Amino acid sequence: MNDVVRPVMQDAVAAAPTRVDGRDKVTGRARYAVEHPVEDVVWAWPVTSTVAKGRVTEIDASEANGTEGVIAVLTHANAPRLGETDDAELQLLQSDRVAYRGQVCALVVGETVESARAGADAVRVRYDEAEHDVVLDARHPAMFTPEKVNPGFPTDTSIGDPDTAFAVAAVQLDATYTTPTEHNHAMEPHATTASWGADGTLTLYDSNQGSTGVARVMADLFGLQVRAVHVISEHVGGGFGSKGTPRPNIVLAAMAAQAVGRPVRLALGRQHMFSLVGYRTPTIQRLRLGATTDGVLRSLVHDVWEQTSTLDDFAEQTAVISRMLYAAPARRTTHRLVRLDVPTPSWMRAPGEAPGSFALESAMDELAAACDLDPVELRVRNEPDVDPESGKPFSSRNLVACLREGARRFGWEQRDPTPGVRRDGRWLVGTGVASSTYPARTAPSQARMSIGSDGVVTVELNAVDIGTGSRTALTQIAAEAMDLPTDRVRLRIGDSTLPPAMIAGGSMGLTSWGSAIVKGARQLRELVGRRDGAIPEDGLEVTADTAEEVRAVSGYARHAFGAQFCEVRVDADTGEVRVPRLLGVFAVGRVINARTARSQLVGGMTMGLSMALHEEGVVDVQHGDNVNHDLAGYHIAAHADVADVDAMWLEEHDEHLNLVGAKGIGEIGIVGTAAAVANAVHHATGVRVRDLPIRVDRLLGRG
Amino acid sequence: MKAFEYERPVGVTEAVALARRAGSRFLGGGTNLVDLMKLGVETPDLLVDLTGLDLAEVLEQPDGALRIGATVRNSDLSANDAVRARYPVLSQALVAGASGQLRNMATVGGNMLQRTRCPYFQDVTKACNKRVPGSGCPARAGEHRNLAILGASEACIATSPSDFAVALAALDAGVTALTTEGEVSLTVSDFFRLPGDEPQRDTNLPPGALVTALTVPRLDWATRSAYRKVRDRASYAFALVSVAAAVDLDGDRVRDVRLALGGVAHAPWRATRAEEALRGGPATEEAFSAALRGELEAAEPLPHNGFKVDLAHNVAVRTLTELTGVPA
Amino acid sequence: MVRIQVTVDGQRCEDEVEPRLLLVHYLRERVGKVGTPVGCDTSNCGACTVQLDGRSVKSCAVLAVQADGSEVTTIEGLANGEWHPMQKAFKECHALQCGYCTPGMIMAAVDLLSNNPNPSEEEIRDGLEGNLCRCTGYHNIVKAVQMAAAEGGAR
Repeated sequence: MNDVVRPVMQDAVAAAPTRVDGRDKVTGRARYAVEHPVEDVVWAWPVTSTVAKGRVTEIDASEANGTEGVIAVLTHANAPRLGETDDAELQLLQSDRVAYRGQVCALVVGETVESARAGADAVRVRYDEAEHDVVLDARHPAMFTPEKVNPGFPTDTSIGDPDTAFAVAAVQLDATYTTPTEHNHAMEPHATTASWGADGTLTLYDSNQGSTGVARVMADLFGLQVRAVHVISEHVGGGFGSKGTPRPNIVLAAMAAQAVGRPVRLALGRQHMFSLVGYRTPTIQRLRLGATTDGVLRSLVHDVWEQTSTLDDFAEQTAVISRMLYAAPARRTTHRLVRLDVPTPSWMRAPGEAPGSFALESAMDELAAACDLDPVELRVRNEPDVDPESGKPFSSRNLVACLREGARRFGWEQRDPTPGVRRDGRWLVGTGVASSTYPARTAPSQARMSIGSDGVVTVELNAVDIGTGSRTALTQIAAEAMDLPTDRVRLRIGDSTLPPAMIAGGSMGLTSWGSAIVKGARQLRELVGRRDGAIPEDGLEVTADTAEEVRAVSGYARHAFGAQFCEVRVDADTGEVRVPRLLGVFAVGRVINARTARSQLVGGMTMGLSMALHEEGVVDVQHGDNVNHDLAGYHIAAHADVADVDAMWLEEHDEHLNLVGAKGIGEIGIVGTAAAVANAVHHATGVRVRDLPIRVDRLLGRG
Repeated sequence: MKAFEYERPVGVTEAVALARRAGSRFLGGGTNLVDLMKLGVETPDLLVDLTGLDLAEVLEQPDGALRIGATVRNSDLSANDAVRARYPVLSQALVAGASGQLRNMATVGGNMLQRTRCPYFQDVTKACNKRVPGSGCPARAGEHRNLAILGASEACIATSPSDFAVALAALDAGVTALTTEGEVSLTVSDFFRLPGDEPQRDTNLPPGALVTALTVPRLDWATRSAYRKVRDRASYAFALVSVAAAVDLDGDRVRDVRLALGGVAHAPWRATRAEEALRGGPATEEAFSAALRGELEAAEPLPHNGFKVDLAHNVAVRTLTELTGVPA
Repeated sequence: MVRIQVTVDGQRCEDEVEPRLLLVHYLRERVGKVGTPVGCDTSNCGACTVQLDGRSVKSCAVLAVQADGSEVTTIEGLANGEWHPMQKAFKECHALQCGYCTPGMIMAAVDLLSNNPNPSEEEIRDGLEGNLCRCTGYHNIVKAVQMAAAEGGAR
């Protein structure tokens, strides 16, 4: 462990292969879900509920049906019946029940997108409305203890007697933090083109993070064999978790195509995405840290309250980060949920760790101040030898190295810890730090590998490139494993008829797919070797499956780590926050392509900055939805909000991960950023903002 | 979007005549209107496209005023040499609004007539007195963090979204419009109105009137002017508060001053009381602060937008101190 | 129906269109220029940016009838030859990930350089305010615009 430390620099980025799909994407040739040519295609547009709870009593489609170009109006009364699946959000148009505002209650099919939309505007829906309940409150009487938290962790954990340890601790911090509803908002709205073949097969061009599961769910919903469903996802315009499972667009498109007997395109509007494709639950988090005067934690308690819908229990694993990041002899984590009349929350980049790190890493900053200790030093003093809860050794853990290297590069040593004393004209200046971490996991995947008599290797698996650069990195992995140049490798991904594979999610895409490719390459090379290199005319083929390796219990706790350093400037008159510098140093195992990896990390950090300063779904208590439901009202960071953001990593060799040696990098960039920003804002102004986002009104007049 | 008809008249008389047809709306660049049509907030039967009219010139008048044709594009006006040299506040306000693509399309006349971005106004599934008179205003008891603190009514707390109009208000600009009865002229301050019990009316423009030009009077000391906008991100967002200011200094005293606030009311808020207090007085931070406190005594903030009172004060004081070179 | 005549990427098109048809849907569904995507449909994100008579506009906020008599350039017609310098720079600098904002970002960046051939970093960040990206963190986009500027990307 800890065989460090050589920071990987710009030359590695420059030397990395450029992405294989770059040309298509800069010339407008990359095809997304509703751009593949299909004959005789029509369009669909959903009608969504305008009450948050109740029943639909009447749907008057007469005006819509009379609208020029409208072909059909589907409602719960006439839509095709669907089979059962685990996801209640996909039981579309199956009942009159309204579980949240913005739920689909009808679907209009028209010759053009204009006629479908005009038809949707003309559908009149009447409701028997019930009183709704949409506000998360830690004291909500209906709070309950979920059976588990995502993706299968225990709900609560406890070691020792944290209450007593806290009560007797020399330094005590007890603070509550909140994060608001946050929306994924990939730039490509969820979209599908659906067509039924004369033989009953269903072809779907769909925007998703992995179509193996999508095809299975669609087969279950429509009573088909999985092999009768063909999902194609050539290019996908981002996902950030919200496309990890099928969403209403694909189900509605297939239903509509079935109903009208023609292919159907359905691209959700941006406004639909505030209710129909998941979001991150708001969280309320109470942190109690008890420590010695020299900053050694004796007790760590992280209690979380969050929401789910009345349709399904989705329990974000917000406190899980507090189970492994720091040592403390006594500790407890809890999660409580309340079912509200809201859409079901879902996966969003670094589920659990992103909101959890804001609370934990803010609290650590507050503790550092209370102990009069440097926040980097405080973290170093609480570095565990083994995973604090499981007792397992870490497969590699270079958090301290990341903190030290980041501090050195950022110029942290000269930092005066006093808050609110640095001024540059009207700007108050401060710096902050936070730790980052994310689990390093792998999921079973298969890869079919073949070699032709021309020596060209074809790699086929149902991976997908949602923008991360997986097409490029997988080509590199295959070339390296086969010991061939990349131009001798052909990669086919993004098609559900290919061997089943993990989704692009949980920072597990590349590690899972890459492992299957490495295993397949070993098998293929062995096969070629057995034939002394003689490849028959029709080639050789193997299919590798990593299920066995992946399911084997590891004796190690496996996580990626990082440290983020942030400089902020806060306008003393207005409370406007600017972030001139953000530096992340990470330890993520092996990095396959420095160019795409760096972009992923920088992109994650920028989303973290956006979470810190901008993102907030504002609850409309009266109506039950988000008040701000477009990209004019839901702000995400734009160019001018970002300045010098940089990410680098330490060289890290970890043999206990997977066949690729990588930890995954899709999520860790967003973990800790918001705390680093909030900690820097405190250093600049003396104001501790415990509620995200850090808006001007949370700073103005409090300095 | 509901189907509608489309006409592109070549003369203003024809345009005004077309506007008499029921359900007609003038179309400038469409950057706000087309969005509102997609949302169902606007459902016109006829769009009268004005961009074929001969209204796209910026002309210097004999008295030194600048006459800006109604269909001049925002980006062209912001880049206009005379505007940049003589009225920095106007150029800065234009660039502070929307984004490059929208400024390329948007006309200055349309800018003046854009609708509030109050989220309830833009959502046809919710009540709004501005959209449907008498239906109610959920914003008062709901989300109003970025709604009005000055001059609001029980019926409406919407804010005017235009940055440009705030600068025009400070410059005492005028609006010229044509109706079938003839030409009408209004000052910008008279053009916009407070909501009162008729929030459906954004302006005092007669029905069917076609805005043909904006006139910015000569104001030599407007070279010392600035527009400052505070928003929820560094760019591309509507104002929480904005300030348009111009100052005429006589040594260390204020000979004359223009001050207007944006993001605080149903109309650009000309801070006449503060101007009055400042005129002839010392150009000091204390004087600026006192004048703004006086102006903002009229503020009636709601539970979630009280911060805008301090914000307006601070931004205005800061802008005035920067313009006058008063040491901070 | 209104008859319009638009030159799209150098190709002259004459079509009968409904007045409510948005320019972006006209380009995608009638002319077949699907390289210009729809990202928000409320003129916020900039993904649908094209040039209308040489100036960048958000084609989801423009009616096709408003483009009558005009020249429209999309990402597919930008290159005069194999590459436009801005396209090359975006590829070289890895100024993209999912690629969905990329066509609009490039079209806006080309317009930016036509007004300001040598923008500072701050001017690029302000000038591209109307184009949102969720993947890249913008860093490489700014670098690409700088590279294109250095190579005369204003043309």
